[in-house]
Parts: sequence; C-alpha cells; structure tokens
Amino acid sequence: MATRTSGGTDFLSNLGKIYGFYTGGFLAFVILLAVLEQVGVPNKILGYLFVFFTLAVYAIIGILSRTAQVSEYYVAGRSVPAFYNGMATGADWMSAASFVGMAGTLFLLGYDGLAWVLGWTGGFVLVSILIGPYLRKFGAYTVPDFLAFRYGGNFARGLGVIVLVACSFTYVTAQIYGTGLIASRFLGMQFELAVFAGLVGILVCSMLGGMRAVTWTQVAQYIVLIIAYLTPIVILSTKNYGFPIPELTYGQAIADITAREQEMLATGLTTAATLKPHIQPFFNYTPLNFFAIIMCMMVGTASLPHILMRYFTTPSVREARQSVAWSLLFIFLLYFSAPAYAAFSKLEVYTNIIGRDLSAIRPWLFSWGELGLIQICGKNAASIDAVIAACKAIADHPGVVRLQDFVINTDVIVLSTPEIAGLPYVISGLVAAGGLAAALSTADGLLLAIANALSHDVYYKMVDPNAPTARRLIVARVLLLIVAVVAAATAATKPGDILAMVGWAFSLAMAGNFPALVMGVWWKRATATGAICGIIAGFGLCLFYLVTTRYFPGAGVKYFGMTSLLNAATGAPLVDIAKAMALPNAMESFPTLAHPLANKVGWFNLTNIACGLLGAPLGFAVIYIVSKLGREPSAEMQAYVDDIRKPRGRTVLEEKTT
Amino acid sequence: MADSANLKQREEAHWAKTSRLMFTHLGVWFFFGFVIHMFVKPLNNIIIPVLGFPLGFYMAAQGSLIIFVVMLFVFAKQQDKIDREFGFAEED
Repeated sequence: MATRTSGGTDFLSNLGKIYGFYTGGFLAFVILLAVLEQVGVPNKILGYLFVFFTLAVYAIIGILSRTAQVSEYYVAGRSVPAFYNGMATGADWMSAASFVGMAGTLFLLGYDGLAWVLGWTGGFVLVSILIGPYLRKFGAYTVPDFLAFRYGGNFARGLGVIVLVACSFTYVTAQIYGTGLIASRFLGMQFELAVFAGLVGILVCSMLGGMRAVTWTQVAQYIVLIIAYLTPIVILSTKNYGFPIPELTYGQAIADITAREQEMLATGLTTAATLKPHIQPFFNYTPLNFFAIIMCMMVGTASLPHILMRYFTTPSVREARQSVAWSLLFIFLLYFSAPAYAAFSKLEVYTNIIGRDLSAIRPWLFSWGELGLIQICGKNAASIDAVIAACKAIADHPGVVRLQDFVINTDVIVLSTPEIAGLPYVISGLVAAGGLAAALSTADGLLLAIANALSHDVYYKMVDPNAPTARRLIVARVLLLIVAVVAAATAATKPGDILAMVGWAFSLAMAGNFPALVMGVWWKRATATGAICGIIAGFGLCLFYLVTTRYFPGAGVKYFGMTSLLNAATGAPLVDIAKAMALPNAMESFPTLAHPLANKVGWFNLTNIACGLLGAPLGFAVIYIVSKLGREPSAEMQAYVDDIRKPRGRTVLEEKTT
Repeated sequence: MADSANLKQREEAHWAKTSRLMFTHLGVWFFFGFVIHMFVKPLNNIIIPVLGFPLGFYMAAQGSLIIFVVMLFVFAKQQDKIDREFGFAEED
C-alpha cells in the first residue's frame, strides 16, 4: 500500500484498484487451499493457514498505514471517501455477535430473533437523521469532546468518558470472547489461552496507526467477512433448491422446516413442550420484550461512540450522510442473509442429526462437544462413548437423537454449519477466517474508542493540556494495551453469551448518550446542568437495573420489588422466587450465571438487555425539566448550535494539530 | 444588518425544513421498525407467491431492512437538496 505520510493522495485515488486486487488475491488464496484439501493436506494445517494468512495481511496493512500525526491518528485525516468509510463501518459494526451469534440466535429463537436483525439495521436511520452528520460538522475527535463543548466543561466530558468506557468495555469483552472461541476451535488451543492469542492479533492492527490504520484494515476485513458469510449459504441454496441466491430460496427452507417440525412431533422425535416453531412470533420474547429489544438496539446504535466516531473521518458533512447509507447497505448484505443461514442450518440439523442413530453421529461434533458447546443427552458430546453412556442413563431412550437430547450453543451454529451440511473443510476454514475478521475489526474499533477517550479526553484535556503530541500518542497506545489485557482477562471468565454481552453494551450507550446527544443538537435550550443530571439519571438507572438483575437478583427482589420474568409462551414465572430466596446462597454468589435468579427477575417483565428502555426516557425527562428550571444557555452557545446545523463552513471546534 | 437578519431568516427556514424532513423519516422508520410487526400474526397468513415466505416473517427478515436502506439514500439526497436551497451546502 502506498501510504506516504503527506496525505497519501496516490493511495486514496487508487483505492478501487488496491482493494480489487486484494479481493482477487483472497479468492485465489481460498481456491489454493481448496486444492490443498483435495490433495490431502490435513484440516488442522488448513485452519492454521487461514488464521495466520489473514492475520498477517491485517497486520501488514496496519503497519503500512501507521502514523504519528494527531489528526491522522484520531480521525484518519478526515479523508476517507463515503463508500470506503461505509465498508469500514460495516466491519466495525458487524462483530462476533453479528457474524457468529446472529444466525445462531435466529436458529434458536426463530421469528423472535428477528428483533436483533431489525434493531441492528434500523438504528442507522437514527444515526444519519439525528446525530452523525452534526457531530461531523462539530469537528470533534471523540464523542465526549462534543459533550464537553456543548455542555461546558470537564464534568460532562468525564461523564461521557464513563459511558463510553462502560459500553465499549462490555462490548469488547464479547469480541475477545468470540475470538477465543474461534481460535480454540480452529487452532486447537485451550479457550483461556486462545483468548490471549486473539488479543495479540487485535493489538497488532490497532496499536500502531490509530484510526487511519484501523480504517484501512477494516475495509480489508469487511471483504473477508462478507465473502466468508455468503459462501456457505450460496452453496447450500444451490445444492438444496438449485438457485444461488439464498435470500430468495429460504422461504422454501422455512416451509420445509415447518413440515419437518410436524413430522418430528408425529414420530415422537420431539414433544410440544420442547419444540419452538420457527415462524411463530412471541414464543421466546413477550411482545413487550421483542419491541423493547428492537428499540434498544436501534437507539443504542445511534449512541455507540465507536460507530459515531467513524463518521468523523469523512471529508464533508454530505459524505458523512452518504457514508451512513453505504454503511447500512454493507451491513444489510449480511443481516438479510442471517435468517437464511439460520434456516438452512436448522434444516440440516433437523434432517441430518435429529432422528439419527446414536452410533451414526459424525466426528466433527465431538470437537465442539469437547469445548462444552454441544451436548447430547445432557452431557458434553466429547466422544461416541460419552454420548451413548449419557443417553443410556435416560429411561426409555430410543437410541436415536431426539430434539430434546440435542443442545447446541448458539455461538456454534455459523461456525459449524459447513460441517453439519457436509461441505469441504475449506469452507469451515473460510467461515472461521470471516468470524475472526468480524471480531477483530470490531475489537479494533472499540479499543481505539476507549484509548482515544482516555488519552485525548482524560489525559490531554483533563490532566495535562500541554502534553506534546508524541507523548499523547504513546499514552494512547499504553492505555490501549492495558484496556485490552483487562478485557481479555474478563472474557476468559465467560461472563455471558456473546449476544447478551453486546445487548448490555447497547442499552448502556442508549441510556447514557442518546438523550444528551440528541438534545444537544436539536434543542438549543438544553443546558449543561440539565444534560449532566440527565446522563447521571438515565445511565445510572440502566446500570442499576443491569447489575442488580444480573449480579444481585436476591437484593433486587428483597429491596426493590423485582419479580420473576414470565415465560413468553406460557405466561408462567421463570423461577419460583419464594423457593429461590429460601436457598442459602440467594443473596450472594456474586458473578455466576448459575445463580438461580440471575437474569430472571426484573420490573414490568422487562429483560435486562433492554434496560436502556428505562434509562433513556428518564434521561430525556430529566434534561428537559432541569433545563427548563435553569437559565437559558448563552447566546454564544446557541450560535454554536446553529453553526453545527449548517454543513457549510468551518468546523466549530478547531483542534491544534501539532 | 439586513444581511444578518436575512441570514437569521434563512437559518430558521432551513432548520424548519430540516426538522420536517426529520419527522417524516422518523415516522416511516417507526412504522417499519415497529408498527408493521405488531401485525405479524395476521400478516403471516399471507404467503408471498413464488418465494413462499409468510409475509409477517418476511417483513421482519427482509422487508423493513430494504426500506431502511432505501430511506437512508433518499434522506442523504433530500437533506443535501435542502442545504443547497438555503445556501448552506458545502462547496463541491
């Protein structure tokens, strides 16, 4: 890559050629590995080649685009064209949760899982209309920068940093967890070790060159992840229905699933109590929770600092807007394919695994079973003997796999579908490389957001305003390293599944940022005191609900009037509160998910993933009331707000660049 | 003085139009993000010909998503037009 330090105009005008060549090279590499597989190279070697080759390419791009210029480091010199910024945002956005977790969730939840698909796409409408382009015009380096300027000072900045770190840290933990999952499966490492191996890959990309390096690496990662995601379902679509566009053919797959569900009921392979019909709505989430999740994911999207920050890198406000549209188009390509992935995968499981004789279980399944991610008859499916022994222990077991015997972790679906469907191993390797690209690119963006906030907002703006550039960038890198290691250590404890962790991050961002950002642009009357009270109240309530229901449910029940959540299908309480409270450990067992009440209690039957729905309205109300009580913001401030509403002219905040 | 009064007027007209565009798009967003999915059960009784999807499922899996993408490209164009109309667009 031609990246001269001075602007790199050669590089920018040749982007199409460079990434076209790169895509061709990647396809050639996949074909080469397919040939290697045919001549008998072992699977393990193929897995290693995939992981190391792609990691090496990202690292090379990262090293070539390294920079020591402040504006290049923080906002890629504000020179990334809308189209490529859209692609980079796509990769930044689509995390391990989207790539690895989404189809698995749809597999498990059927229609109800679509809440996530809707939530994670519709949010971009809010980004473009309400916030993104205005922050671009403002000219900040980080989201707390905007809060500090609009709401006068370091108190608002500090709150912005707290919100940013809380949601980004939760989110990055999920990404590192995803990386660890992939690395442990495809490199055969121990999970805890694999987490740290994945971390090294993440750091190489984001340590050196800040936003500029991350941007060009993310474009490369988008290309890998979208090819990897679409390949297996295009093959399955062609194989099953003779037409290579899965998004059109999976209607047929859905009909086949429904037919197979009936057949399994009729032949005793499942019972009405265990079967979750794929297209039936509100079976897993109550309507309230379904729409609450959509709302929180949408508004959370428009509040996540690492996403908003991506629109600071475009050359103009107009391009920022176009870039949001391109982002959504690139994201859409994956999201409208995810339900197809889930449907094909479910059909394969229902026909190739359910109803098969225990002795006919295919060996690939055991490698997931060893990791505790696939269970048959209630035990990890680590070997054929383990499975047969476990099923023998069940009275009247018919000797074939029934639906209720088979439990697969949702995070495994995408990674294992090629194997379930009996596709060549090279496809599995490709999917792993794509999942890795998704997790790495998001982790890069998040770590950068955290490190930038700590170095720019905390260190430079609050601690030492005279710090020389070189020291600011070194501080950024050291902090990046520390945050990454702490996140990896947290991930190694497996605090929850990927989707739940990501959901929390969105709700926290929504409650903490959204009211203050929107009011800051759309309501000139919003005052500093109002915003500060609003952030504290909204974010505080969301965090309280989250922590209490997850970690201190006993206290929630005892002191805050929380009740058991209800089963969406039957309306029955999920847990018997009285019985659980009588247990000796009801008020303790701090972090375990195994706590009998964890995530099962709350107010209004609202799941804690959607805690933003409590926090954000409170935030809006508090900002409104407190602002009305106080004195109007200065005429100067109102003029600034007018200024960010007009695309023309200089940015409001001009940074010293040297 | 006349110039600044004129600027003030243009600013207000520009923002009024921008706000109207915002509310229109938010309305469409709300309809396809929420309202239509409240009717998923009756919509599922309609099967899309040839493709075979139940309509309610289809709207959540693809329909609304397509609308969101189209909306954003349209919005970028419309907002740019408003900015040009009042002379607040960036120079090309």
